[in-house]
Amino acid sequence: MPTEVLMPALSPTMEEGTLTKWLIKEGQEVKSGDVIAEIETDKATMEVEAVDEGRVAKILVPAGTENVKVNTPIALIEGEDEKPAKPAGAEKEAAKPATKEKPAAVKPEQPGDEHKLSYEPASAEPEIAPGTETVNLTMREALRDAMAEEMRRDPDVFLMGEEVAQYQGAYKVSQGLLEEFGDKRVIDTPITEQGFAGVGVGAAFAGLNPIVEFMTWNFAMQAIDQIVNSAAKTHYMSGGLVHVPIVFRGPNGAAARVAAQHSQCYSAWYAHVPGLKVVAPSTSADAKGLLKSAIRDPNPVVFLENELLYGTHGDVPKGDDFLIPIGKARIARAGKDATVVSFARGMVYALEAAERLAKEGIEVEVIDLRTLRPLDLATVLSSVKKTNRIVTVEEAWPVCSVGSEICAQVAMQAFDDLDAPPVKVSGADVPMPYAANLEKLALPSVDQVVAAVKQVMYVA
Amino acid sequence: MASEKSSRSGSGGKRPTGNGQKQPAVAAFTRAERLDAYKQMLLIRRFEEKAGQLYGMGHIGGFCHLYIGQEAVVVGLQMALKPGDQVITAYRDHGHTLAAGMDAKSVMAELTGRRHGCSKGKGGSMHMFSPEKHFYGGHGIVGACVPLGAGLAFANKYRGNDRVCLTYFGDGAANQGQVYEAFNMAELWKLPVVFVIENNKYAMGTSIERSSSTTNLSQRGLSFDIPGEHVDGMDIEAVRAAGVRAIANARAGKGPTILEMMTYRYRGHSMSDPAKYRTREEVQQMRDTHDAIEHVRNLLLKDGVNEADLKAIDRQVRDEVNAAAEFALSDPEPDPSQLTTDVLV
Ligand SMILES: Cc1ncc(C[n+]2csc(CCOP(=O)(O)OP(=O)(O)O)c2C)c(N)n1
Ligand SMILES: [Mg+2]
Repeated sequence: MPTEVLMPALSPTMEEGTLTKWLIKEGQEVKSGDVIAEIETDKATMEVEAVDEGRVAKILVPAGTENVKVNTPIALIEGEDEKPAKPAGAEKEAAKPATKEKPAAVKPEQPGDEHKLSYEPASAEPEIAPGTETVNLTMREALRDAMAEEMRRDPDVFLMGEEVAQYQGAYKVSQGLLEEFGDKRVIDTPITEQGFAGVGVGAAFAGLNPIVEFMTWNFAMQAIDQIVNSAAKTHYMSGGLVHVPIVFRGPNGAAARVAAQHSQCYSAWYAHVPGLKVVAPSTSADAKGLLKSAIRDPNPVVFLENELLYGTHGDVPKGDDFLIPIGKARIARAGKDATVVSFARGMVYALEAAERLAKEGIEVEVIDLRTLRPLDLATVLSSVKKTNRIVTVEEAWPVCSVGSEICAQVAMQAFDDLDAPPVKVSGADVPMPYAANLEKLALPSVDQVVAAVKQVMYVA
Repeated sequence: MASEKSSRSGSGGKRPTGNGQKQPAVAAFTRAERLDAYKQMLLIRRFEEKAGQLYGMGHIGGFCHLYIGQEAVVVGLQMALKPGDQVITAYRDHGHTLAAGMDAKSVMAELTGRRHGCSKGKGGSMHMFSPEKHFYGGHGIVGACVPLGAGLAFANKYRGNDRVCLTYFGDGAANQGQVYEAFNMAELWKLPVVFVIENNKYAMGTSIERSSSTTNLSQRGLSFDIPGEHVDGMDIEAVRAAGVRAIANARAGKGPTILEMMTYRYRGHSMSDPAKYRTREEVQQMRDTHDAIEHVRNLLLKDGVNEADLKAIDRQVRDEVNAAAEFALSDPEPDPSQLTTDVLV
């Protein structure tokens, strides 16, 4: 019985890909480890290796086919006859008991499934004048364009980090930059976060404008001393004599199934630090406009991206001078019944919940903070004045979080406007578990946001 | 070179620091040891091939770093350890768990995130542990396991037992600052630790030449007076021999050694590796001419072991791996109540 070769998942987030090329022909013998095909995913072109030996009986999916779903049979391999038959089907059989059990443990509408959703803000973005020409970009492309434009504009801007140059970025954010700007300005570093963050800060002391990429913010904990003690405090300690115009950027927050040490939101950590600006965009346009502002800013800016948003699309105004000011929140959806405040991927839950609540006649105002330091409390407070109710949404841990700060400020500054105690929706107060079902439980959900809004509105 | 010299003379000749050259083997393997080594290495290889397959089918998520190609390093060094000695490593840890004697079923079930995985499904590929087998993980932050290994060795010295801790890390990790902080303390306090650098030539897509001002990593301890040895990590007998020497020194209170294991990973860094940083030929050439398992297989055939016996071992290993996979796919996910357990004791 021939073994099915299945379209493999080649990254934690891959669901489909293009089968670009076959490197084998029907009838050819292959052994374990031979490269048999090339597949293009959203991140990269990858090689597929044979996992068993035998003869290629049939190619089922021709080269050039796009959107081949993971686990689709793409070829058949006939094993040697002396081997006990070990068709891929056997694995599928074995998988059944477990997959059967999954629906019981997995609640519907869990956030793990939602990173595919893209949303359209209901209200016009105030920064973008009507009639402005736009281009549809992924957040990944928007960030790349922001860096490229600023590097063209100012020769003192350079990018450094692990795998940013030759590899084109671990998450492909710096794609093409090495080719355009050369290795003087797009610099691969060794795996030495504290060291290269320090080198970046030193270069900024001397007036250069470094963009330091952390492969993920998890690894920046190696460098947090340089970010806080050297970058954030030097302007103050020098009585304003020394400037530190640096951007630290990279993906923050939960990715998919990468467990405790690779899935953490650092929003509150950096928002706590005077001397830093902290930005966390949720759309392509915001990502581009804010990153450009961050690069031009004379202060150290911590720029928190989100891996699961890199592939989401959005309209971005054309032109090299599209800037979004740091420190200004955005009303992503107008409403009168309750205020929901969120940022980064929390916005996916917030907007989806607002959509669902609208169907029940509840008009939620959704505010995207975009900048976490300085916080745009004016926008939040004026919304609460109107709605008298507030819910915060974030993926981070709940204790001493950005949501905690928003709730505290609202309680302190708008107590008389409130008709209900504020409610926080957040990630669970645990390190991120690996198991698929537990990971879903550790993240917030649209259901939780809907329930929280109903709670502050005293409706069942 | 100049700095090397001055550090040597400045050391007051405390210890010979090694010359980074391959040393002669202390004792050749018996036929039984070779058979055992063959079986263990094959188990790791087949296990990893299966893991790669399950990843491709979506049963394993997140990052999954396969150990294929490097098997001789963990198996050879494990053969040099005594029961009770500890092991710690980074995220490329499946081989280390199996070499430490952890059950393939519990390792595979951890990869699929199920309740009888060695970390109850909470840690996944990068975070496996077994205090019972003295295996302390499974760490995701590059370089972090190096001081941790020195700390395990510190505890051994503190308690006055004669255990040694094998502390593994990669060529890329060898540039992290905390590695050198750990080196200094380990030699200063003569901690019973052996630092094993698994030099597979690449850190993700960065070759060692592109990341390191000096590429002879065995000599990275020179300024701390830590001797180093360059070892052919594809030759399990050389691996064990170097391990025996270094571990004996550590156990005798003479402090750490750095073993630079020259090895190679055949697969990508993780499952999502575009592999544009090296040629297909380079990988093929290592597989064809340096494969550690083939090497032992040939020695066994020369020893007079026949093909049929080796086939029988192959089958045994495949059966064990298939059983592990079946277990890992049928074991249920953790109970939802597990979300909030184990945060604190
Ligand atoms: C502090 C830190 N920085 C970056 C990473 C991302 N990362 C994971 S593995 C890796 C390469 C490490 O290479 P090496 O030490 O040679 O080990 P190998 O993967 O070859 O076993 C990098 C950069 C990380 N996990 N931790
Ligand atoms: Mg390496």
